[in-house]
Amino acid sequence: MINHHVHKKIGQIQFGLMSPHQIKKMALAKVVTPELYDKEGYPVDGGLMDVRLGVIDPGLRCKSCGGKLKECLGHFGNIELARPVLHIKYVDTILHVLRSTCRECARVLHNEAKIKELKDSLSDNPVLLAEQLREMREISKKLKTAKKCPHCEVEQKPVKLDKPLTMVEDNQNLSPVEVRARLESVSDDDVLLLGLNPKFARPEWTVLTLLSIPPVTVRPSITLETGERSEDDLTHKLGDIVRINQRLFENINAGAPEIIVEDLWELLQYHVTTYFDNTLANVPPARHRSGQSLKTLTERIKSKEGRFRHNLAGKRVNFAARTVISPDPKIGFNEVGIPKKIAMTLTVPEMITTWNIDYLKKLIDRGPKSYPGANYIIFEDGKKRNITDETKEQLLQEVTIGCIVERHIIDGDISVFNRQPSLHRMSIMAHKVRVLPGKSFRLNPAICNPYNADFDGDEMNLHIPQTEEARSEAEVLMPVETQIITPKNGLNVIGCIEDSISGIYLLTKKLSFTREKACELLYSVGVKTPRLPQRATVTGKEVFSSVLPKNFSFVGRSSDGEARVVIKRGNLESGIIDKNSIGEDNGDLIRELYKLYGDERAIIILGKLFRLGTEVLLRTGFTITTADSEISSELLDQAQEQIKKANKAVKDIIQQFEEGKLESMPGLTPEDSVEMKILEILNKVRDTIGGLVFKETDHDNPIIIMAESGAKGKKLNLTQMSACVGQQALRGKRISEGYNNRTLSHFKAGDRSPMARGFIEGGFKSGLKPHEFFFAAMTGRDSLMDTALRTPKSGYLYRRLANALQDLKVEYDNTVRDANKMIMQFSYGEDALDVAKTEGGKLNIQRILDSIKK
Amino acid sequence: MSTKTTDYPALPEQLVDELESLSKERKLTADEKKKAYALLAETYDKAKISPGEAIGIITAESFGEPGTQMTLNVFHFAGVSEMSVTAGLPRLIEIFDATKAPKTPQIEVYLEAKYKKNPNAIKKIAVSLKETKLEEVVKGFSINASKMRIEARLDHAKLKTFGIKGNMILANRIKVRGVFVNQTKTLIAIKPKVKTTLGELYHLKEKIKLAFVHGVKNITHVLPLKKGDEYIILTAGSNLKDILQVDGVDTMRTRSNDLYQTAKVYGIEAARQVIMEEAEKVIQNQGLDVDVRHIMLLADVMTAKGAVKGITRFGITGEKASVLARASFETPLKHLVTASLTGEIDPLNSVIENVMMNQPIPLGTGLPDLVVRMDKKKAKK
Repeated sequence: MINHHVHKKIGQIQFGLMSPHQIKKMALAKVVTPELYDKEGYPVDGGLMDVRLGVIDPGLRCKSCGGKLKECLGHFGNIELARPVLHIKYVDTILHVLRSTCRECARVLHNEAKIKELKDSLSDNPVLLAEQLREMREISKKLKTAKKCPHCEVEQKPVKLDKPLTMVEDNQNLSPVEVRARLESVSDDDVLLLGLNPKFARPEWTVLTLLSIPPVTVRPSITLETGERSEDDLTHKLGDIVRINQRLFENINAGAPEIIVEDLWELLQYHVTTYFDNTLANVPPARHRSGQSLKTLTERIKSKEGRFRHNLAGKRVNFAARTVISPDPKIGFNEVGIPKKIAMTLTVPEMITTWNIDYLKKLIDRGPKSYPGANYIIFEDGKKRNITDETKEQLLQEVTIGCIVERHIIDGDISVFNRQPSLHRMSIMAHKVRVLPGKSFRLNPAICNPYNADFDGDEMNLHIPQTEEARSEAEVLMPVETQIITPKNGLNVIGCIEDSISGIYLLTKKLSFTREKACELLYSVGVKTPRLPQRATVTGKEVFSSVLPKNFSFVGRSSDGEARVVIKRGNLESGIIDKNSIGEDNGDLIRELYKLYGDERAIIILGKLFRLGTEVLLRTGFTITTADSEISSELLDQAQEQIKKANKAVKDIIQQFEEGKLESMPGLTPEDSVEMKILEILNKVRDTIGGLVFKETDHDNPIIIMAESGAKGKKLNLTQMSACVGQQALRGKRISEGYNNRTLSHFKAGDRSPMARGFIEGGFKSGLKPHEFFFAAMTGRDSLMDTALRTPKSGYLYRRLANALQDLKVEYDNTVRDANKMIMQFSYGEDALDVAKTEGGKLNIQRILDSIKK
Repeated sequence: MSTKTTDYPALPEQLVDELESLSKERKLTADEKKKAYALLAETYDKAKISPGEAIGIITAESFGEPGTQMTLNVFHFAGVSEMSVTAGLPRLIEIFDATKAPKTPQIEVYLEAKYKKNPNAIKKIAVSLKETKLEEVVKGFSINASKMRIEARLDHAKLKTFGIKGNMILANRIKVRGVFVNQTKTLIAIKPKVKTTLGELYHLKEKIKLAFVHGVKNITHVLPLKKGDEYIILTAGSNLKDILQVDGVDTMRTRSNDLYQTAKVYGIEAARQVIMEEAEKVIQNQGLDVDVRHIMLLADVMTAKGAVKGITRFGITGEKASVLARASFETPLKHLVTASLTGEIDPLNSVIENVMMNQPIPLGTGLPDLVVRMDKKKAKK
């Protein structure tokens, strides 16, 4: 089937105005009656739904091309307007031309010398010409102040625009007929100097004598449930135009008084104007009977829901699925679990060859209802047939080599997985299909980070590429493993998370197993031949080493910055593995693995590490209870002591300030200085308390383990739970507003004490006092607002950036150029390095030297 | 890109330098060094960017994605000073828009060698930079109805603090149209040239209050700061052109955060540098990490045409050659209308138009074309 396609490429698009001649030539029917259908419901000849303009009913055939619905794209028609009307979108242009040309001789108001100079400057190149014409327009705009025509010496009168669309010359209205006559008499040469290209836009074409009617297919009617037809807004509007136009014709022919004709003319102008744009200031919008305003041409094009952004720049696709996501730590990073139901609906086209005919026939035999089966067959003549229980037998007889079978997706097929908002390229990655029971998409929790997904009800989309080109692009350029390193800063976005980190942390810190147990553990993560020493018990470090490649060497640091992590030839010799080595965003060890072994092996090892972490926790058990955040009463007393001390210190400072003895800090007012000093004390007190809590708490405490390994939470969280929540800051300051001179009515006016300004003394566990709770809610609300206001702002910035930069590409000579080959950079980033191929934006020369000098 | 080793002309200077210094540190033999160069060249080659890479989109993504994580907190206090700076997302938007009037313009005034370590001299210069208005150096204003003039009594103590000498004639400095200014030792008299009513005189008084008498215009605050081993002056408000005229100011190092002023005074390359530095500042301030190459590309795009262009429909996007590309961004009707009048041609050579036409885009895998020479005999059939 592919062979039969003829690919035509659109080379370029010429923009211009439509001349009456063109409109007439393009039109296949003249619309003369506002009626749409006759009694039988058949489109009236010469009506707006004329079958010569295309068809929207399934049974009918187009009279112009004979095509049926969907075959015939539709044809244009036209209306002959009884009197000319102005085109609202070109009113400015009309005004400009009138002002810049002589009212008598129709020449441009430049003097001869200037005319010659400008004319000579014009280019023959059509692309350049367009740009020059825009300048010409600006130059000639200054002519409106000219008093006298330099050619015939006639005095010029000022032309004004009486909004929205009446031309007034010296207090006299110019009718569109007069306007058109004037525009007509401007010569082609002069038109150029006004900034119009006469080949594509004669000024008089902006005054309409003929109106082009868009094809019926552009404005399809919908049949309601009641069988009633509901016409498109454009059809309604065109109906109005035709109706008034016919009345105008009749009145003119009958010789009606001028006033009546004028009124109708104005009405016609109104309808034509709102047909083009129904959102104009000073023009009441045309409305439906229900009062809703009509959506006419301009509204169809503009804004986010308009033709450009909604239909042209953004397109919808078939072979897509969307459902809720849920985690499955047991599937690979580059896999996605797909519910059977979806697997049986989405298909992959596969051509029958000598080698797969038996296999595909088996699928056809299974049909669409049993998995794995097939849904459709496309024969060589392009006919698509549904596979059902009835047709199955016959189809099996008919299929030959060269037919295409649309089979169900099976394990190992390539799919494209996406979560909105698609902010970076890691938001769309290719995964291998894994058909699983259930009704949700399953993904490994370790790849939540690039998608920014969680499982609180998030939904994601899945696409099945349908052509060989699309599949190979997805398979080569888009798999998860190729996206481990982000081009943003050259760090890894995929790594171990949460339980997996705690697990490996515990494993490399203190665990040991019997050899038997260790082997079992390693087998469960996919290590079949573990490199374990021949001993009865083996350490966690040795178990961890078994997952690493034999020749892997690495030196790094753990998150506290003290312990050095040393791996020599695949053996973890010292150090504890934590977030700093295997976490996302800055996992040194992962980056090293990626660099040394390439994406495919790196993702496998990473998968094993991840599984190892979770399996360790599964086997050793890991949980927290409320008791873990409990501290002794002595410690609580100590904490209270600290707070008391801080309170006193603050009190002293306030007293000093009130007595005017406080020395203000450089560049600060006394008020600001007090605040600064108080804030300093209060922030310090929480840290001191944190230190106390930390000193006392057992290092086997699961909260501490999670915080230290970097799996989840910080030490601060423990402090806040157990001892003291601390100062609530609102926009970098203590809470200060609310009532007159006080934050809440509980306090005295002017109270600067910690309590009155949002310091929370208690921990979450002991509970907050009412005013403390209120302060906490204040900061919470503030941060919610911040998020809500930020999203659209940054979204708009992103849209603008993407729009401005989307055409830039790196050429074969490493220069960065835009679509017109204009050079932006002579060498990308000055060194032509791809950030995603570097380590944090740099090449690691140390390693090169290491490899040379051992 | 200049290189030092002729063996590997393709290597960027920075890499060569780094290798040289590291090999010295680790005492490599000539043979080993040669090997290192070969390896580095190989590594470099592998890490080079692929031709056809849609680098613009990658740059946009690199800013767009962290943009969602930035705070909206408008102000940020630079160090201990009261000088607040627009920070976070609003500042980033300001930079990328190339806003003509940024919210917190600022100049870092560096001083010439003889002043830069002398705190007293610094304070003097700082005071002389600050814009001083008439109302700041007088005890009060009054209207003398009999003489139909405004009288301002000079405050000599204040004059001294602002470093204005008592006998310095302020009168010449007051540049308000249509008035005569006379100065005695204690009094400045301002009389309109034409006859006025009392009401008008009253209006004039308000205007006179704000008349500029001393310092550099638009500099509302000054703050001497210690930076490293020298003193600098930080100003709120930016007027690069006039500040560089002040005695003692180091014209080589003084910098403004105002893109247009920088472009005008120092030139477009300096403006590019300022864009880079300012964007980098915001990103680091927010604790984010975006590679310099992205910032660099953006700054280059904004300054490629010799003038600072913002990423707006009036700037870069508005100057695209393609009608459809412009129309798909903002104000589509306007672009279609002008395109039709000038008979524009859309060459369809950028991304968005080809998306619209359902054609392959000229980036990445859409780039290569296959040219096939048809067999003449077969073609005849």
